[in-house]
This record gives sequence, structure tokens and C-alpha cells, in this order.
Amino acid sequence: MNRIVDAIPYARFLRVEVERTDGGLECVLPFRQEIVGNAALPAVHGGVLGAFLELTALLRLLDESGSGPVPKPITFSIDYLRSAGPSTTRARAEIFKLGRRIANVRVVAWQDDRSRPVVAGNGKFLLS
Amino acid sequence: MHTPHAVHLGIRVVETGPAFGVCALPFREELIGDPRRRVIFGGAITTLIDHASGLAVACAVEELRAIATIDLRVDYLRAAEPDLELYARSDCYRLTRTVAFVRAVAWERSAADPFASALGTFMLGANRTDSSYERLVRGKSSQ
Repeated sequence: MNRIVDAIPYARFLRVEVERTDGGLECVLPFRQEIVGNAALPAVHGGVLGAFLELTALLRLLDESGSGPVPKPITFSIDYLRSAGPSTTRARAEIFKLGRRIANVRVVAWQDDRSRPVVAGNGKFLLS
Repeated sequence: MHTPHAVHLGIRVVETGPAFGVCALPFREELIGDPRRRVIFGGAITTLIDHASGLAVACAVEELRAIATIDLRVDYLRAAEPDLELYARSDCYRLTRTVAFVRAVAWERSAADPFASALGTFMLGANRTDSSYERLVRGKSSQ
């Protein structure tokens, strides 16, 4: 899976890594100064969190389908639940529906405590 | 706004108005999401739109307060053309005391032909610096 991550320049840009855990695929976004959006708090940029969720959803789909064309995002919604502080963010995606043409994926990200998500998202992707 | 990530991405402010902001994101190979088509990753567009939207809200409010994104929905209308600078314009079309509503579009050649459109809501005074004083005023009833 990390080979796929290496093939996506933007994933390398964010330095996202993928881990396979008991609960399934988990994406890891390491904290660094370059992803800060609000320097006063400091907090991770909302756009980065959204991008991280979208990437997690995409990787989950690629893991499901194996090789093939990269699914194209149709729409992606992000709910910001808490500000994400200066530590590692982790995310997991769940495929709600894998249709012939469209996949519906839900993603949740957290930092220290999985029961306190910082951001959640839902995306629809075109598969063919 | 001091946002290290915007600097890191090379996002710049193009234009601001009473309740809108336009930002630009230069094309970079590092931002590609689909290497075969050389299309910029959707998430990078989210960042550009989120940034332009925060700017629009900052332009709309009378006094600058902390702004936090509540939610953001981005529709990818088509693939963005590679090698071109990307633009996003966000308009704050409704402002209440606590919530700002924005709509945004992103394009590379013409604003009339966007590749993405978005809707978002922002909370105002999300992490206000004068909160300790306000808590004193409100007393213990809110705790």
C-alpha cells in the first residue's frame, strides 16, 4: 500500500503513511510546521485535514479494487469537529456502498483519542 | 492571516473585497493526485477553497475574530487542467453573529468555467483570545 502512496505526489507532499492494523487500513499524517493553518493555537490547516481525509478515502478504495484507474472524486464533504493540535493525526475510511460506477466512502480522523474525532468526511467517487 | 501551510503551498491573495476573497495556487508537480492524468489532488483544491473562504469571512466581519471551518463541501465539476495556476473565489453571502456562510468556485482559465464549486460554513469567535474575560462575566452558570 505504501507503494501506492509513493506513486501519488500529493501523498508524499503531506508525508502520509499507511499502516495495516486489526481494524483495517489506517492513514497517518505526521505533524510538522508546514501543515499549520493557525499559528496562534497552533492547529493543522483545515484544508490539509480535508485533503488527508480525501486521500484516506481514495487509498481505501484503491486497496479494495487493487490496480486500475484512480477513482475520481465527485464530491467531498468535511465536518470539522475539533481543532487538530500539534500531534499526529490518524484516519480510517469505511466504504458505505461500492457500486458499479460510484463508491460512497466515509472517513473519520482523530489524534490521541479515537473516541474524540477531530474531523469527519464523506465522499463520492466515480470508479470507471 | 499567518498560515504556514498557505506559505508552504505558495498560496497568494489575488483580490479582496467587502465580503469576498480570491486566492491563487501555483501548479506544482508535488500536488498531483493522479499521476497518469497529471491532475492536482482534490484535497489541494480543498485547501485553496478553504483559504479563500476564510479570507472572504475575514473581509465580511467588522472586527477580526477567530474563524473556524464548521463544514465544507467541494464538488469536483471536472478535472483541473495541468500546468496552470489555480484560482478560487469565495463569497460570504450571509453573516450572522456566530456563523458565516460562503460559496466558492475554483478555475484555471476562466471564472465562468469552474472545475470545482463549494459551500461552507464558518464559526466566528471559535477560539477567542478574550474568552477568559467573557467566562468571568458569564459566571459559573455555563460550567
